[in-house]
Amino acid sequence: MTNRLIDMVGVFALLSILAIGGGTPILPEMQYLTVDRFHWLTDRQFRDIYSIGQVAPGPNMLMVLIIGYRLKGMLGAIAVGLAFFLPDCIITLFANRLWEHYRNSPWRASVHYGMAPIIIGLMLSGTYAIAALSIHNVVALLLAVGTFGILLWRHVNPGILIVVGGTLYVLLAH
Amino acid sequence: MDLEKPPLETKSEPAARPQVGIAELFRIFLTLGAISFGGGVVAYMREYLVQGQHWMEDEDFLDALEVSETLPGLNAINMSVIIGDRMRGALGAALAVLGMTLPGAIVVLSLAVLWQGELHFRTVGYFLTGVAATAVGLLVTLTVHLGHNQFRRVIDIVFIALTFIAVTVFHLSLPLVLVLLAPAAIWLYRPIAGRVNPGVPHFRRDVRRGWMRH
Repeated sequence: MTNRLIDMVGVFALLSILAIGGGTPILPEMQYLTVDRFHWLTDRQFRDIYSIGQVAPGPNMLMVLIIGYRLKGMLGAIAVGLAFFLPDCIITLFANRLWEHYRNSPWRASVHYGMAPIIIGLMLSGTYAIAALSIHNVVALLLAVGTFGILLWRHVNPGILIVVGGTLYVLLAH
Repeated sequence: MDLEKPPLETKSEPAARPQVGIAELFRIFLTLGAISFGGGVVAYMREYLVQGQHWMEDEDFLDALEVSETLPGLNAINMSVIIGDRMRGALGAALAVLGMTLPGAIVVLSLAVLWQGELHFRTVGYFLTGVAATAVGLLVTLTVHLGHNQFRRVIDIVFIALTFIAVTVFHLSLPLVLVLLAPAAIWLYRPIAGRVNPGVPHFRRDVRRGWMRH
């Protein structure tokens, strides 16, 4: 049982370090590790946990706390939270203080421009992963396309769209 | 106690940086953590810290954003660390992250406790499916906005496609994908005398649209 706690901490610490470009790029890896590799969750549970993260305020990736909670209760939530957030915080704290030394390095732009398409590719993969878990009928497809269309047209608070989208699906998919 | 000493001169720091108490810092980040719904936390931060509290200039905020985008981790968290550290050192950074995550953590864990009992309610399942489908629309929009420069350059499109295929079609692990592709992509954009890398850095335009990566 403690082995599982060690696995959990290892998985989320790894994901923390890999989260280049934010949370969406690591979604496929998180799904692979928590569903296929360690069998902690089903695909459906993974999707529902992701959705709960969308509904809550603050960073969406607080969803990892739910995974920790389901596996090991409050201890699991705290362990996963620390494993997922602490390494990045420490790296950022010290790397940001060092950053000034590299302020004028031409490689900064190289890293920026080189990593950009990889991050976009990873975001597409993350988006695809959630789409594959949630878009199984016309109503879901229309919600995704409609959200995209509305946001192209004008800026709407994403929190409102999320709640409206969930409610519409309840009403239409029954 | 000693005789009252004159205040220490701060070394070459711009005078504009406001003094923010540690409790005030925590309170502000706690508020941010509680009001930023639906992702895009950084857009809320910019509005609240730059335009609302005048803690920093917009350029400083965007500089900090470039740092936090390059480093691993969520932007909202990295920005909290950088701004907290800037205002009140390491303790400030810790309290900023705590404030940013605490409200959401409480909500998420409360829902987790409820959800374990409510798995059988089909309405909840439908609602969460609808939320996920809507989130797909949000993610597509976000990716299109963030990548608008990348989607216009052939070499970038090649790397976008290679990354997507490696992860989604071949299910290669993320560390392997990064080891294979990142050095090549960075090398292609290596500094060459006389060449200016193209395009506006993608994050600058997007934060102005109020859109940020999660």
